[in-house]
Amino acid sequence: MPALSVTDLAFSYRGEGFRLCVPSLAVESGTTLALAGASGGGKTTLLRLMTGLLPPQAGRVCLGEQNLSGLNRESLRAFRLRHIGLVFQDFALLDYLTVEENILLPHQFSRDTLSSARRNLPALLERLQMERYRAKTVSQLSQGERQRVAIARAMAHEPRFLFADEPTASLDPARGRIVTDLLIDDARRRQSVLIVVTHDHALLPRFDQTRRMEEFAA
Amino acid sequence: MNAALSLALRYVLRHRVQSVLLAAALGLVLALPLALRVLVRHAQAELRARAASTPQIVGAKGSALDLMMTALYFKKENLSSLPLKEMPEGGIPLHVRFHAQGAPVVGTALEYFSFRGLRLASGRQISRLGDCVLGARLAHERGVRPGDAIFSTPEQTFDIAGAYPLKMRVTGVLAASGTPDDDAVFCDLKTAWLIEGRAHGHDDVKGDEVLQNNGNNTVANAAVRLFQEVTDKNLNTFHFHGDVGDYPVSAAILIPPDAKTEALLAGQFARSKTAQLIRPRDDMESLLTQLVRLEGFATTMLLITAAAALFVSTLVFALSFRLRRREFGTLEDIGVSRVSLATVKLLEILLIAAFATGIAVVLYATALWSAPALLRMAL
Repeated sequence: MPALSVTDLAFSYRGEGFRLCVPSLAVESGTTLALAGASGGGKTTLLRLMTGLLPPQAGRVCLGEQNLSGLNRESLRAFRLRHIGLVFQDFALLDYLTVEENILLPHQFSRDTLSSARRNLPALLERLQMERYRAKTVSQLSQGERQRVAIARAMAHEPRFLFADEPTASLDPARGRIVTDLLIDDARRRQSVLIVVTHDHALLPRFDQTRRMEEFAA
Repeated sequence: MNAALSLALRYVLRHRVQSVLLAAALGLVLALPLALRVLVRHAQAELRARAASTPQIVGAKGSALDLMMTALYFKKENLSSLPLKEMPEGGIPLHVRFHAQGAPVVGTALEYFSFRGLRLASGRQISRLGDCVLGARLAHERGVRPGDAIFSTPEQTFDIAGAYPLKMRVTGVLAASGTPDDDAVFCDLKTAWLIEGRAHGHDDVKGDEVLQNNGNNTVANAAVRLFQEVTDKNLNTFHFHGDVGDYPVSAAILIPPDAKTEALLAGQFARSKTAQLIRPRDDMESLLTQLVRLEGFATTMLLITAAAALFVSTLVFALSFRLRRREFGTLEDIGVSRVSLATVKLLEILLIAAFATGIAVVLYATALWSAPALLRMAL
């Protein structure tokens, strides 16, 4: 049974011609998948559908044995907090908090993941070359540094599913490769699922699978 | 809860200028009605106590309020006066017209001190012409001690024919009483008349210094030295001209032994064309009634302002949360529950409210602490 499966998924925004159809998509544990495509191709929408941030109009998304459509809002939130790591395209960080506070923020509201997030934090910051920024507020950081904070927050609690929306868009090529390798190595080491949305074609060969968004446009 | 509190606190601290401004505005509108109430209550208690301790006052016909404020608070310098002989026997005379170092000079009799329960903290009582004792606060603020001297203030700086300043010997300082007596200079009635020019002391007039002599009145030239200070050496040269009974007194405090005497005195002065007798307790009550009415009006205005400020604050919070919709959406996306988000918002409001309450408490305490000084300035 695949760790992540998407079946007959359909979604469209009201009043827009664009329609997303994913007849079938499956990703095994320890596997990495890159979703590539042009801007406006629905990459971020598909990511939000797979994480339950958007409800599909048809079809289903299963993470492990859990069908996301079967969860109410609160259960979905708790599931996402415990099992999913998310790197948002706009980083979704709070400017008035420090790097450490931003990374631990979601876990402060859920005692289940707080201890593991705290434990992993020093090593994670070291691997992302962010140790010296730990006590700095996010407003003091560059775009690239913010992106690494967003990645650290998504990885801190060692989730089974990690979704990253353009995680290297604000990084220089060298640092982009380091971060991509970090995400891929982590997924393989922990046998988790990594799904990355990217338009950087140079990175695609590093992933186990690549799907182009053109496949899913109806 | 801890996470929500921590997040709310961080937001408030990060936006500290806005938070302080909002809390200060709220604190101010909360504190103002309370402070006003404190000040009015203090004023009422203070005014009532002073009035209640003074049974009756006699003075020249005119404004009862002016007479009362002169006799109780030494505040009306140009009050019409009555000749001493028109004052009932046994009354405590008060002469309030001059100042020394900004404080009123009260010419009175020794009975005034026992009547008010004033005792000396240091030095001794006035014993002769030119002596004075000072109220506790005045002595403390001016740094004056027994043995020092203070000058009365001339009424008109450029009026060379007017009252000259008199150098008075400070013989004692009264113990603090928390009343207007703490801010006054007390001297004998005759010393007050001396300042007024009703008496004087000078060198012996020699024959060649006399310009005019018509029997009762001698006019000497400028070579005759007038004394501006009473000393043991020149004390005997001081003398009064005319009938002392005609000398002016601002007011007299009457202490009738019983209700019957009180009623008789009131009846006697009711028929007088030149004098009036007041009961400070009654006159003060009518003044306080006006004060309470004014307080009620001011409180209503302040409460309307407070309601408007609360409404504006509610709008500020609502607008702030609306502008931060994206931030709260982000928190929800990363797994923070709606209940937790509502808690964060509530705690932000509570933190501002707590800070506003703190400011209000400080302002209220300041009003409590400064009420006596403010009342003293107002009177």
